[in-house]
Amino acid sequence: MAERLRFRFTKLGKIRFTSQRDVARMWERALRRSGLEIALSQGFNPRPLLAFGLALPTGAESLAEYLDATLVGSAPVELVELADSLSSLLPEGLAVSGVGVLPDAAGSLQQEVTSCTWELEVLGVTATELARRVGRLLDAPSVSVRRERKGRIFDDDLRPSVRSLGLLDPAQGANTVRGQSTWLGAETATQPRGVRPRELVEALGTEVVLARARRTQQWIEHDGARHEPLEASARVADVTAPHAIERAS
Amino acid sequence: MATLWPSIEPLLDGVSKPARYIGGEQGATVPVHGEGKVAWLVIYPDTYEIGLPNQGLQILYELLNERPDALAERSYAPWLDMEAAMRAAGVPLFSVENHLAARDFDVFAFNLSAELVYTNVVNLIDLAGVPIHAAARTADDPLVVAGGHCTFNPEPLADFVDAFVLGDGEEVVGEMNEVVRDWLATGAGRSRPALLEAFASLEGVYVPSLYGVTYDGPRLTSVTPRTPQVPERVVKRTIADLAEWPYPKRQLVPLTEVVHDRLNVEVFRGCTRGCRFCQAGMITRPVRERPATQVRAMIRSGLERTGYDEVALTSLSTADFSSIEDTVAAVVGGGCGDQRVSVSLPSLRVDAFTVTTATQIAHARRTGLTFAPEGGTWRMRRVINKLITEEDLYGAVDAAFSNGWRRVKLYFLIGLPTERDEDVLGIAALARRCVEIGRRHHRAPTVVASVGGFVPKAHTPFQWFGQDSASELRRKINLLKDACRGARGVSLRWHDPEASVAEGLASRGDRRMGAVIERVWRAGGTFQEWSECFDLGRWEEALAAEGLSFEEIAHRERSGDEVLPWDHLSAGLHKDFLWGDWQDALAQVSVEDCRWTPCYDCGACTDAGLEHVVASTTPPAGGSQGTGQDLSAGGRVPVHLVSAPGDR
Repeated sequence: MAERLRFRFTKLGKIRFTSQRDVARMWERALRRSGLEIALSQGFNPRPLLAFGLALPTGAESLAEYLDATLVGSAPVELVELADSLSSLLPEGLAVSGVGVLPDAAGSLQQEVTSCTWELEVLGVTATELARRVGRLLDAPSVSVRRERKGRIFDDDLRPSVRSLGLLDPAQGANTVRGQSTWLGAETATQPRGVRPRELVEALGTEVVLARARRTQQWIEHDGARHEPLEASARVADVTAPHAIERAS
Repeated sequence: MATLWPSIEPLLDGVSKPARYIGGEQGATVPVHGEGKVAWLVIYPDTYEIGLPNQGLQILYELLNERPDALAERSYAPWLDMEAAMRAAGVPLFSVENHLAARDFDVFAFNLSAELVYTNVVNLIDLAGVPIHAAARTADDPLVVAGGHCTFNPEPLADFVDAFVLGDGEEVVGEMNEVVRDWLATGAGRSRPALLEAFASLEGVYVPSLYGVTYDGPRLTSVTPRTPQVPERVVKRTIADLAEWPYPKRQLVPLTEVVHDRLNVEVFRGCTRGCRFCQAGMITRPVRERPATQVRAMIRSGLERTGYDEVALTSLSTADFSSIEDTVAAVVGGGCGDQRVSVSLPSLRVDAFTVTTATQIAHARRTGLTFAPEGGTWRMRRVINKLITEEDLYGAVDAAFSNGWRRVKLYFLIGLPTERDEDVLGIAALARRCVEIGRRHHRAPTVVASVGGFVPKAHTPFQWFGQDSASELRRKINLLKDACRGARGVSLRWHDPEASVAEGLASRGDRRMGAVIERVWRAGGTFQEWSECFDLGRWEEALAAEGLSFEEIAHRERSGDEVLPWDHLSAGLHKDFLWGDWQDALAQVSVEDCRWTPCYDCGACTDAGLEHVVASTTPPAGGSQGTGQDLSAGGRVPVHLVSAPGDR
């Protein structure tokens, strides 16, 4: 009987410059090599049934990307082994950090994920000035951002999607080739529209430059509580893949 | 020697397709640099997604990294936005493995697959921070070498490149490495001329600075050695047996999308169809097939290692591979692993047999099938020796449409020798007829007629031909547009005639083209293969400034006694064979494929002591094979079968 697996994986280091489509192809190749049989879509040009959920912008890193895969049969018994073997088949920077078997009733990532947590490394202004601007953004009733959709320009309000925003431990900052950096922490909602890290940082003023964005969590909210997407699984293996935290750059 | 990554990384947030610059491909080697190892930077002078799949480059990359006394990294031309960002930030050309500055390498090895990349070659040398002129480089500068099909007329790049390699690179790259290694070991007092002389002593290596050129007015009169130590004629290298070179063993699997993103397995090298316009078919003779067992083993291990679900069997005419049916059957039938795999044959022959094979393998994407009749009339096809009868073509097209394909693409050349307007209009007639055939099977079949302007190339029978001007090509395209107007189902596409003319300058120009290329580059003319970057105006201005003309280099017909800029180089073909074939072309006399008929003494086999290496004495199935030959009689062919390990 066909079961669905949910994988959690990282995207760290140089590989952050690949696109969502690129990552999908990397997974397809790794899964073919692993021998895990993925169900194919119906139709003229059958594709493996893989669903990646929220797209990660090209250039952003992540500790918490998810992939749901529909299998031809039932899930393997040894989930930890599966996770390790896939990590070794994926390119450097992508590593499986958890895998679970989804109950039949579980919805898709696209439908269910309600918010995500980010760490944003920014340059251009001092930490004190940054804190002032963050306060101003949080106090504002609305924050307008100009976006293009289907060839038309819209002014969207990103304020409702900013759940939280603040400075992280100053010790995380680094002296980069472009000056002293500061790290921000943010939680952004996926509804009514998601916020791209770059948009959020640009809303802090023109001098502020996003050096690096890292998604650290995705959340599914129900009954007033946040749940990590693997919690939905009937059976789960949490692995910290050895090279998951290793930085490729 | 330090990685440039910390300076490169901030640039990548602001450029298109940043994954072009990060490396990290599966199969890549991240070498450790050190004493006693010659460091090679192999460079493809076009974008990453065009250059990465290049098999020649990957083969040399692997061979060098296998050697204890060598290492190789790769580099590609950064796109306009990245180059601007790099120059603004002071970041030089870098390798994608260790992200080292190009100057940290001992040798730059360029792959020259197309003439319009020449301005990119100059640009990349400059971006590396190395003097663009070979004459200005010192013993501390990297060596600049180049290989690939374009080196059979290297003169336009003679000012910029220290040494060119003619022919197959598998053996000679090791010999060059030894020369550089020993030269580097001689220490501080070493001289660049000594190294260049050592290079010139290697078979197949041409060092242009060691040859003097004379002119009489606009005309080239000689290219001769400056010293008695260098050969009057440099002859290409040929590997006798492909079975000894099962490379690439670890084909690069890119992280981002590239062209030909699939497993590629070369099934044979060389072609003896004798198409007179085709430089590749002339300069890569003789035919050398890979043993079928090795092909299958390479497919099996390649699929296992890469995770690809598509394999291309590459060659100049894959349907001519002796073991094509068995190989395809093995892949499709699961004999090369248990995955569902599609096979692509990048160069389809035009006949029903080929379509049958294609049908067997294309279980999914049955959208379009491509054939290359090249000429619009049988007369034209006899001139160019592409001997496809109308029956062959219509049979193939009928088979394609009846097997579920809905779109057939046909490649044609215009601007061919002896071409008349009726030959051009024949293209429209063929396309219309193919749509009619398609209607027997589908309601709305499509036939795409893709038309390119012919560019004569060195070491082909058409090397003497006067290329059509851009305006003449445009007139012919307009004829075709009119003829296709109102033809339902026919879609006409054409290549920019102005780009064909610029390519003609680079393909048959002599050493004086160097100054023209430099001017075009200085005027900002990089990426000339890309229509958004190409501008003929730059070439016209540069030619005028150098006192040269399109007429002299490209458009006039050359005479038999004229010195050609590549006469001092040999692809193995006798000049009198080429001249005879040119005269035959003008007389509409065709020649048969010499794999299955007696030898024409073109020189490619006999001079090098080689034989065609084919796995079967029986010509492959499929009737005339598009050659118009009657292959039924006898069955035995006058070729000697070389026995080698494997299944021969």
